[in-house]
Amino acid sequence: MKALVYINTNHFAAKASFEAVTYAKKLGGEVTVVAYGNAAGAEALGAYGANKVLVESSINEADNQQITRLVASAVEATGAEVVIFSHDLVAKAVAPRLSVRLKAGLISGAIALPETGNGFTCKVNVFSGKAFGNVAVKTAVKIISLLPNSIQPENVGGTAIVETFNGNMGAVAIKVMDTKKPEGSIPLPEADLVVSAGRGLKGPENWGIVEDLANVLGAATACSRPVADIGWRPHHEHVGQTGVAIRPNLYIAAGISGAIQHLAGVNGSKVIVVINSDSEAPFFKAADYGIVGDAFEVLPKLTEALKNFKNAN
Amino acid sequence: MNILVCISKSPDTTSKIAFTDGNTKFDENGVQYIVNPYDEWYALVRALELKETIGGNVTIITVGNAADESIIRKALAIGADNAVRIDAEPTDAFFVATQIADYAKKNNFDLVLTGKETINYNGSQVAGMVAEFLDVPFASQASKLDVNGTTLTLEQEIVGGLQIVEVSTPAVVSCAKGMAEQRIPNMRGIMAARTKPLEVIAPSAVEVYTSFESYSLPDAKKACRMIDPSNMAELVDLLHNEAKVI
Ligand SMILES: Cc1cc2nc3c(=O)[nH]c(=O)nc-3n(C[C@H](O)[C@H](O)[C@H](O)COP(=O)(O)OP(=O)(O)OC[C@H]3O[C@@H](n4cnc5c(N)ncnc54)[C@H](O)[C@@H]3O)c2cc1C
Ligand SMILES: Nc1ncnc2c1ncn2[C@@H]1O[C@H](COP(=O)(O)O)[C@@H](O)[C@H]1O
Repeated sequence: MKALVYINTNHFAAKASFEAVTYAKKLGGEVTVVAYGNAAGAEALGAYGANKVLVESSINEADNQQITRLVASAVEATGAEVVIFSHDLVAKAVAPRLSVRLKAGLISGAIALPETGNGFTCKVNVFSGKAFGNVAVKTAVKIISLLPNSIQPENVGGTAIVETFNGNMGAVAIKVMDTKKPEGSIPLPEADLVVSAGRGLKGPENWGIVEDLANVLGAATACSRPVADIGWRPHHEHVGQTGVAIRPNLYIAAGISGAIQHLAGVNGSKVIVVINSDSEAPFFKAADYGIVGDAFEVLPKLTEALKNFKNAN
Repeated sequence: MNILVCISKSPDTTSKIAFTDGNTKFDENGVQYIVNPYDEWYALVRALELKETIGGNVTIITVGNAADESIIRKALAIGADNAVRIDAEPTDAFFVATQIADYAKKNNFDLVLTGKETINYNGSQVAGMVAEFLDVPFASQASKLDVNGTTLTLEQEIVGGLQIVEVSTPAVVSCAKGMAEQRIPNMRGIMAARTKPLEVIAPSAVEVYTSFESYSLPDAKKACRMIDPSNMAELVDLLHNEAKVI
């Protein structure tokens, strides 16, 4: 199937973009990428199977209405049968708009390649990761918004042709007044490794041992909801049903009980390590590796062991 | 300001998730439904706060069956002025968005508010679809919303940060944490809700775009492997050689 992949500005080297292009490649047809802004580095997506990258470079900031028009123009230009997004905040605004505009069914939060033997169905996460659904799409053009970390990017070699593209984006309707990006830190939804802590850490002054571990690992930091609510940690670190949902390869949780609403945001993690002083903590039921112990002793020891490992490798 | 708030139901977060009819239907046995938290805590309460400061009207709309009237009454008890129920099973987001957009087109709203997602299907689809049907701007996952005449000032999450943006009404906004504080309905609100207008409307016909064919549950997790707290080198070794995540 001919596929079109939308990639965010400056995300040509992001893992989530490699995943989306790999996914498109596996659909078996020609793969075109569409983006706007600076085209630098776009050809690198060829390594994951993109044949061509169309870049609308007359614009550097766009709202979801404009991006919808851009992707719709690219679908028309390429005759794509499937449109792929990585399921991030941009996709959550653009993909539904595009569904209406193109009269194309949307699969939101896909976690696997589609089954095409009998119709077109795709597996998605439902009930905050507590179950899966199998969604059938009945329209000619299909839109898939792929959850990050659902498939492994595959470098198949090659470079893509980069072309400028007129996206007919129209006027901007959302005026950006100010942008705030936390500096230095790894954005939680994109992180492969996450170290998280909860009320068991007793107070914000104790987060040094959490950050030390995160630094050695190159991990992002996260926290449980009460910790963000009482202001020990910033709100954007709050994971769970009412916070950010993440699916890293490794989630290390210290001093978090593992309430169902917390699990809802982290149960997509590939491997979960739980450190808790209470052997009855519910989190152990969802863990792959468990340590019953005092986080104040275990975290520094783990940091130490990782340093030794990094030095030896 | 004339505000439409989209309200959906979701199973109470502690509900057991199970399926019946050969895994094609959610098992509602013993399930307690609540108003989807994002719709109730953030979208509805912020709409009421805006009405209280600048005046106007707050209408709630839900696409659902007669059984869903309990969540409508709850929203009315919290303070909405009137309610609309589109009398149909909410089969997919496209169906729901079509119904909401059809109603909104006929009734001239300055602002349509939704939650950021439903906690059962986690689709984040309905709001963007409604915005496209109405051909208006869509501010998604807003954590703050202020109104000055026809200008909305919002704080919204973006990939890797936050943005302050301005949009003109009419617009659609999906609401996330930070927008408002949960309100508990009081006795007077509960009494008043009984007599507030609830209009029931037949659905428009919609082509089926997507459908849930079946469901499944994750494989049971294998037992957690316990590691001695004094032996973190073993954990590191397992993470490297067995789990292959570092
Ligand atoms: C509608 C709703 C939505 C919610 N959404 C979320 C959400 O999105 N995210 C979220 O996280 N929560 C959410 N919650 C709250 C959730 O139910 C729990 O209350 C919360 O996750 C508990 O946080 P905690 O584990 O940090 O704290 P606690 O439950 O207090 O647990 C602290 C843990 O630390 C352990 N501990 C104590 N001392 C030590 C030590 N020295 N070393 C090691 N371990 C120690 C204890 O044994 C305990 O298990 C929600 C609740 C509701 C009702
Ligand atoms: N059946 C429904 N009736 C009214 N509004 C709904 C319905 N389903 C979803 N919504 C609204 O759309 C938002 C996003 O839902 P979803 O796209 O399913 O994640 C919800 O938070 C509600 O505000």
